Amino acid sequence: MFNGWLTLAVFLPIGAALLIALLGSSAARVKVFAAIASLAELVIALAIFLSYDTSEGAERYQLIDRVAGWIPVETFEVQYFLAVDGLSAPLVLLTGLLGLVAVYASWSVEHRAREYFVWLLALQGAVMGVFTSLDFLMFFLFWELELIPMFFLISIWGSGRREYSAMKFLIFTILGSAFMLVGILILFFTVGSFDMTQMPALVRQFSGAIPALPVFALLFAAFAVKLPIWPLHTWLPDAHTDAPTAASVMLAGVLLKMGAYGMFRIGEMFPDVLRDVSWLLACAGVVNILYGAAVVLRQTDMKRLIAFSSISHMGFVVLGLSSAVGAAGAVSPVGLTGASLQMFTHGAITGLLFLLVGYVYERAHTRHIPDLGGLAGRMPLLAAAMLVAGLASLGLPSTAGFVSEIHVFLGTFPVWGWLTALGAFGVVLTAGYILWMLQRVMLGPLNPRFADLRDATPLELVPVAALVIAIMVVGIFPATITDVFSTGIQPIVEALQLDLALGRQ
Amino acid sequence: MTLHDLYLLSPEIALAGVAMLVIVLDLFVSRKGVLPVVGMAGIAISVLFSASLWGDLQSQPSGQMSGVFGTLAVDRFGLFFKFLLAVAAALVLLMSVSYTERFRRFQGEFYGLMLLATSGMMLLASATELISIYVALELTALPMAALAAFLRDSRSAESGMKFLILSAISSAVLLYGMVFIYGYTGTTSLAEIAAVTGALLDAGYLDPLAAFGDSKALLFGIALVIAGFGFKISSVPFQFWAPDVYEGAPTPVTAFLSVASKAAGFAVILRVFYVSFPVEAMSQHWAAIFAILSVLSMTFGNLVAIRQDNIKRMLAYSTIAHAGYVMVGLAAVATRVSSGQADVGASGALFYLGGYVATNLTAFAVIVAVSNRIGSDRIDDYAGMSRRGPLLAATMAFAMISLTGIPPTIGFMSKVYLFGAAVNANLEWLAIAGMVNSVISAYYYLRVIKVMYLREPSDGSSVASDTATGIALTFTASATLLFGVYPAPLIDFARSAATALGV
Repeated sequence: MFNGWLTLAVFLPIGAALLIALLGSSAARVKVFAAIASLAELVIALAIFLSYDTSEGAERYQLIDRVAGWIPVETFEVQYFLAVDGLSAPLVLLTGLLGLVAVYASWSVEHRAREYFVWLLALQGAVMGVFTSLDFLMFFLFWELELIPMFFLISIWGSGRREYSAMKFLIFTILGSAFMLVGILILFFTVGSFDMTQMPALVRQFSGAIPALPVFALLFAAFAVKLPIWPLHTWLPDAHTDAPTAASVMLAGVLLKMGAYGMFRIGEMFPDVLRDVSWLLACAGVVNILYGAAVVLRQTDMKRLIAFSSISHMGFVVLGLSSAVGAAGAVSPVGLTGASLQMFTHGAITGLLFLLVGYVYERAHTRHIPDLGGLAGRMPLLAAAMLVAGLASLGLPSTAGFVSEIHVFLGTFPVWGWLTALGAFGVVLTAGYILWMLQRVMLGPLNPRFADLRDATPLELVPVAALVIAIMVVGIFPATITDVFSTGIQPIVEALQLDLALGRQ
Repeated sequence: MTLHDLYLLSPEIALAGVAMLVIVLDLFVSRKGVLPVVGMAGIAISVLFSASLWGDLQSQPSGQMSGVFGTLAVDRFGLFFKFLLAVAAALVLLMSVSYTERFRRFQGEFYGLMLLATSGMMLLASATELISIYVALELTALPMAALAAFLRDSRSAESGMKFLILSAISSAVLLYGMVFIYGYTGTTSLAEIAAVTGALLDAGYLDPLAAFGDSKALLFGIALVIAGFGFKISSVPFQFWAPDVYEGAPTPVTAFLSVASKAAGFAVILRVFYVSFPVEAMSQHWAAIFAILSVLSMTFGNLVAIRQDNIKRMLAYSTIAHAGYVMVGLAAVATRVSSGQADVGASGALFYLGGYVATNLTAFAVIVAVSNRIGSDRIDDYAGMSRRGPLLAATMAFAMISLTGIPPTIGFMSKVYLFGAAVNANLEWLAIAGMVNSVISAYYYLRVIKVMYLREPSDGSSVASDTATGIALTFTASATLLFGVYPAPLIDFARSAATALGV
């Protein structure tokens, strides 16, 4: 089967990057070309998302691109296998959206612009590959492929201790993936396949031969670093703070989601382990939420602030995932829906926040909160956008943040009562730091240094508008996304139910 | 000695003959550019003979043609290495064209010795008898020692001297080990050693539980043989010669040592251990030794490489680490599931070596090109290379990425395949140790990239490679990329070679 759409989605950015690398001329032309490529990519991503058939009886994996014998060696049977299901289709859309945002956010890059767009587009292609690959080895290949572009983006175009941060990002990530590879190899040499769609059934079939908990732990380690789960998070604030705006957008918006996405996938493969460790996941989620939020309160750098808020918000994903199996043995999809939706909403909201901070930094040349103030008077449009992003981040109803967090809480409370209450306290902290930041940056007396700052140009507003629309649409009509996610998490729910049923026998 | 024996030896004879021709020709021709061309022609002839032998093997049901009084076997395993070594030699010859201009004299000898060493390595890959292995080993080592000293400055002289003395010591150790094996089994033929030990095992003379049984002599002999070969592949704790020799030797010679010499060393190790001691009661033990040496080599090489300022020295330590990775394949003799995957350990080692040849020669070709222009091998002098020589810098970065094992490179594919072999042999801990080691290695490989792409150049003059090195680079870099994306042909080749070992 070869549909072609997903192959196009993965290789269009990579091809564009190669073209720029080989033929690129002036910075201006490269930018226009990159913008066209990423716009086309968004259109493709949107088409993939919209064409995903959620109706009853539809195939789970759609738009399949499959070549069975990419590496047709019996000791190493790898296939070329791209497809989307309900879990990955929205993430493909998110990647397309943020890819375009990242290119627009880079319009002012003049330093080595050609190389910059090569890496940015290559990064997008690699992430697209992670979300659409359903062969475990291919998944791992794309997982690693994303490293080098990000390394270059941070270390060449970053600020502050950029080289240190880039190296830290890289070392942390490949240390995690070192364990993931061993996990994948154990799976392959036990069940004889890298096929992720067959894996849940094969793992069940070979359940006696697979050391389930160690394999789960090996795979989970990589995802936990990427998400990141405390205490593996220390690379994130550094990388975020020192990365250029577009890299921060991609990092917070889609790269962290790779970790969460991986957790969903292995949750389906090892439902029994997921059930056994769910209390640990719940604790990890709550620690993330509270730790992230508590540390945010001490931050004075806007980017660092949003970075730590990401740790806090990604905690909701883990918390939601932990609630799949209730204490009473009932399986509930509500928390999973919330967790999956949180991936999308956090991507859009944090992408927007990083973008806006990037705009402010370009104008004011500082991200130090105490130095800023009263910017709303000079740049009302940016201030309004920041307000929307901030309110969505703290979970105001009618924004996307509310929908996902309420789902997480609704799903989790029956299972982990007081833990959920603790986690919910994170929302209060979020409200605190977001409003505090908005107040100190946008309101109050204007520092005379910033008297002649100008508001966003129409071009700069394009990505802002795209993300605001995404946030509001999901907030008001959550079904647009949740319908798709629901079909994606349904198999996980079924796997858990089956596991429970088998366990009772 | 029949005509057929000569035919079996034809790849080696062709190389040795052309080596002599080059040396003689050097006396008569003034345009030294002819010499590498003749050398390349010799390699081409050798490859043609190898290909012809490969073709003849198709009609052999045993998959083997043996001759020269049973000391030599032509099989797919040996031919895999002959092709690999020929390719490596050809690429190193290309890199040497501009490099040899600094010698003024003895250019013919340089190419001649290189070809002779290659011929010795090829012989090593086919030898099936202990004495011939020893002779082939000497034929490899002596020309390499002369080549290492070729620059005739103090460092190069030290390099050659060190290589000569230490390789003599290691040969002595190896010979001593062979004596024990011969004394215990009464034969020097690899296949007969297997038969004798197998028969003793069946008769109950060897107790599998008491490591190699009643007599510790065989175990002692095996340990000494491993020590002798360990020198060739620069495995810890026999690695101490590598950094000084690599740093001092002419760069093409270093390149040749790091890939060809290592590949030949692994060829002979694989053959000796897979053919002579295949019984599980024994393979368990030697595999365990290799597993331990593997971890030591990886860890030592990678940790010490971090602190190096000279790129050749850094790659010397990196080569120690990579010897450790290949040994993962030696350690992975057991299989977890089906017999269809029994060859994954040996074929993993072969596949990895193939990838390493492509990748490491890419790195060394860049080093040759750069040092021809700026006369330095210091990593700091690569500062700003991304602007001084964008193409060279990109190729070097690509090689470093491949050595780290990040896609889309053959370094990634071969590492995944090789660690898969470890997992298949229930050596998960070894796979984890290997992967953690490649994380450590990322630090120093990426440092080279960082220096090239982030530092300001000290002067703005442009750096480009000469034509011959450029051809070599194009070839190695494309192989690194192509087999990184589509490794199937190379894996198939490695597997068919590994099965010839009787795996």
